[in-house]
Amino acid sequence: MTAEAEPVPLVHLEYRGVREAEGPLIVVEGVEGVGFDEFATVRLASGEVRRGLVLEVHRDVAVVQVLQGTAGIDPATVTVEFEGRPFGIPVGEGWLGRVWNGMGEPLDGGPPMLSSITRPVAGSPLNPTDRDVPRDPILTGISVIDALTTLVRGQKLPVFSSAGLPHFELAAQIAAQANVIDEPFKVVVVAMGLTHADAATMRDALEARAAAGELALFLDTADDPVVQRILAPRVALTVAEHLAFDLGQHVLVVLADMTSYCEAVREVSAARGEIPGRRAYPGYLYSDLASLYERCGRIRGSAGSVTLVPVLTMPAADITHPVPDLTGYITEGQIVLSPDVLGGDVYPPVDVLGSLSRLMRKGTGEGRTRGDHPAIAAQLVAGLARARQTRDLADLIGTAALTDTDRRYLSFADAFSSVLVAQGTAESRSLEDTLARAWLVASELPRRELTMLSAADIATYYSEGKTYPAGDTTAFDPRTERTPEDPVTETDERDGHG
Amino acid sequence: MTIRITQALTEDEQAGSGRVVRVNGPLVEMDGLDQVAVLDVVEVGHAGLAAEVVSVRRGLVTAQVYEYTGGLRVGDPAIGRGHPLSARLGPGLLGGIFDGLLRPLAGRPRWLTPGSLQQSSEAKRWRFIPSMSPGSDARPGDILGTVPTPSGIDHRVLVPGGVTGRVEWVSGNDDVGEDEPVAIIDGRQVAVTELRPVRAPGPMGTRLELSEPLLTGQRVVDLLFPIAKGATAAVPGGFGTGKTVLLQQLVKWCEADVVVFVGCGERGNELVDALADLSEIEDPKTGRSLLERTVVVANTSNMPVMAREASIYTGMTVAEFYRDMGYDVVLLADSTSRWAEALREFSSRSGELPAEEGYPAGLASALAAFYERAGRVTTLGGKEGSVTAIGAVSPPGGDMTEPVTAHTERFVRCLWSLDRDLAYARHYPAVTWRRSFSRDAQVVGAWHTSGGRPEWTRARARAIALLAEADRLTPMVELVGLSGLPGRERMVLLAGRLLREAVLQQSAQSANDATCSPAKQLALLEMVLAVFDQCLALVEAGRPASEVEEFDLSDVIRVRDEVGPDDAAGVELRRDEVLASLENRV
Repeated sequence: MTAEAEPVPLVHLEYRGVREAEGPLIVVEGVEGVGFDEFATVRLASGEVRRGLVLEVHRDVAVVQVLQGTAGIDPATVTVEFEGRPFGIPVGEGWLGRVWNGMGEPLDGGPPMLSSITRPVAGSPLNPTDRDVPRDPILTGISVIDALTTLVRGQKLPVFSSAGLPHFELAAQIAAQANVIDEPFKVVVVAMGLTHADAATMRDALEARAAAGELALFLDTADDPVVQRILAPRVALTVAEHLAFDLGQHVLVVLADMTSYCEAVREVSAARGEIPGRRAYPGYLYSDLASLYERCGRIRGSAGSVTLVPVLTMPAADITHPVPDLTGYITEGQIVLSPDVLGGDVYPPVDVLGSLSRLMRKGTGEGRTRGDHPAIAAQLVAGLARARQTRDLADLIGTAALTDTDRRYLSFADAFSSVLVAQGTAESRSLEDTLARAWLVASELPRRELTMLSAADIATYYSEGKTYPAGDTTAFDPRTERTPEDPVTETDERDGHG
Repeated sequence: MTIRITQALTEDEQAGSGRVVRVNGPLVEMDGLDQVAVLDVVEVGHAGLAAEVVSVRRGLVTAQVYEYTGGLRVGDPAIGRGHPLSARLGPGLLGGIFDGLLRPLAGRPRWLTPGSLQQSSEAKRWRFIPSMSPGSDARPGDILGTVPTPSGIDHRVLVPGGVTGRVEWVSGNDDVGEDEPVAIIDGRQVAVTELRPVRAPGPMGTRLELSEPLLTGQRVVDLLFPIAKGATAAVPGGFGTGKTVLLQQLVKWCEADVVVFVGCGERGNELVDALADLSEIEDPKTGRSLLERTVVVANTSNMPVMAREASIYTGMTVAEFYRDMGYDVVLLADSTSRWAEALREFSSRSGELPAEEGYPAGLASALAAFYERAGRVTTLGGKEGSVTAIGAVSPPGGDMTEPVTAHTERFVRCLWSLDRDLAYARHYPAVTWRRSFSRDAQVVGAWHTSGGRPEWTRARARAIALLAEADRLTPMVELVGLSGLPGRERMVLLAGRLLREAVLQQSAQSANDATCSPAKQLALLEMVLAVFDQCLALVEAGRPASEVEEFDLSDVIRVRDEVGPDDAAGVELRRDEVLASLENRV
């Protein structure tokens, strides 16, 4: 958020004719006083207007990237006008409850966004000394996320998926259900390179939230020009930053699919003739992704926060591919989806051992979620790691050769999938319910194996031999001696959010 | 070929002014600048963006700009400053947070627009207490006086390099501005702050042999792969392996006088989290917060790329500055891979021929030169000081054969490799004993022996042997099952598990376990070895191994977290209890 009103030069110079037009680029000759990264308006002979960004200035030559591509541009007749400032958008609450394209133009038949305040979409780096430590949870109502990879306000936590998995459903579920307690909460969803079918699914799943005026939806479909895909997340983050840091709201930004975004970056880089890096992505992909992901956070003296959930598909399910790899280096953890980890048809198919929320430590525990939450989460994950080794062993030598303890780990893993993880796409669970399920799963293990839990927590919550009532999705408190037939009792005040 | 002799110009003089002819991201070309040399600082555009000259070709000067160049136009002015990229060093660095060019970030605008970090005009004043008197002889490195700082660490003002002669005048016990002279030596004015070029190693006396460990409080480091003061270490690890947490643990708990932390292209949230932690933890030596012994150079991943390239050198220059005062300094850089990528990005824009994976051919020599600036030395003033350099490496896709990892391994004395499988199993710190090394273990063993812990070397050797044997047995268990192994081997597997869980795992979040004294470290290790010996004796006496494996040994695992960080006696008590309970089962 740079200066509110940059001085606009009074004279806009307009140039007729360009030297070259290729891919998304045009080369304009004979220019004067044009700045790097400046915004340009390109007019075709047909009267069509396109937008462009200055990629390089060299003496009297400017290289301009045309956002809608150069198809139909006749170098002889096109005119280019330089705006003397970077690409900016109006900001305000008017974005909410509406559907826009990647450049912020209306897709829902409504009027364009108007506001007295405009901001450059590139944003500015936040002074690290102004950052505040993220430390409050966002609850998604999805057990496996809330229990084991808790999302924290101001965090960037991506979803790594691969083809054929329900990541868009999960993204939509997070966007539809996520909430914080008693504070204003808004959601900005950017769909990048989605098929029309996926985009429609996304739109339907988020209908209620949009109707409540809590959602801004930016749709960039697979057939839109690639350069627009590069702008879409920047437009959305500029909207989110204003809502969060100027208006004091908590904003969740969902970016899907980041792989399509990175492919757009690669396409433009190739068109510019840059030296390709790993898998032909440009060497600056890390910095480029960081310029998006680092725009989340909290700021001292501002009540709001920007939380980021990028969703990406790993080509050929390869986590070492540059897109998930560079993303993982920038983001604060990851939620990995994998088809074969939980077995069967479990939704959401989260690979818990590959998943992690780095900020969970600050965002959970006494006064945030519940005192035993960090320890029970760590214990479940450690138990799963052991269970996975045991499973491999059982496949080789048969379950008969396993020790009793090993067998307990196998039933622990089964309970983990069926009691804690498995959930409906429209089902939202309370934190109490989620943690009660977590303890039931832990109770499948003998007490001596629970080395990460304190004796006090074990005394309170551990109940060896209890089973979760099949098909019962209501809150279940393992500490009460009730049978599945008993009515649901009131929850203990210790369960409350601090 | 022409030979031009340049000399540093004073602040008022300018090395000529030119104009911008090309802008491509951080690469800017200018003409009309005379008298600039390669690596000189140039200020570009109306906002005076800091830039460094990378080449001069027939009047065309190419520079890398350390800030965002949006809006920079052909024809904008460029001014040569006549000196190489330098850091302004003086009191006030400790406890502070700076950008890659050592410009203070605190109290600056919230959004870092280009030009917003230009040198502040606010004048800080410092109390100068002289320790030399007029008429005495001064040589470079001598202590001219001290400046009391809030950190509790004496800030020593040294006679700068190249200044020798009679002290003609010294300021009294007085408050002085940053650039005001506090002494005149042989006609040269000396102030409490000095400007040092960042890319060249600072002057020193002689290099000394490494002799004592840098204790880090982290058991896997101090027990298995110890590092000496003045040595170098690299921490390679893919994302999610806990690299940043381990480095932050080192920042907090290593036994250094001064810690310089370079956050190079990493996450903003983690940086503030680390700063908040540091300000809350008390340094047992000074009784003040750990933040006050720390200098943070921050270039988070969304800050300008080229300042990231400079930040490593800036941090090293700060470390040398305190080393010269006679302190043991630790420099931590997270992550050197981002620095290498910044190198690559610029060399690609300037059309250099790419070598391995697009990195410039000079990558290996640049890495070697950086780590060579570490060492234990006699300073020019005759004091002993050290810089220990620890660099994180972020191999793309966890590929340990990629250029930055592969070259770094060759130049460092210690390698603490982080392993994804350990991290997946939440074994933290995920330093693997399979792919790590320390070339300082012998020196450190000798130090322990002379400090009254002669058993350290033997216990370490046993631990390493047991871990290796347990690793060798694991695939066999997968083939024949645990029950197919003889009793002794099953006990080795038990020992491997106890070593991992009771000794090597360490919780960064626990007040009792986050750091660990050498005595408690050794007590924990010896407890596990004693339990192993006892279990082995039981099995050899005829007890079935399966029964011994079902013993509840969770007390052995929990004790690291249940007694204080320096409570070796508490561990020994627990050892005796556990051994007694094993005895009773016979």
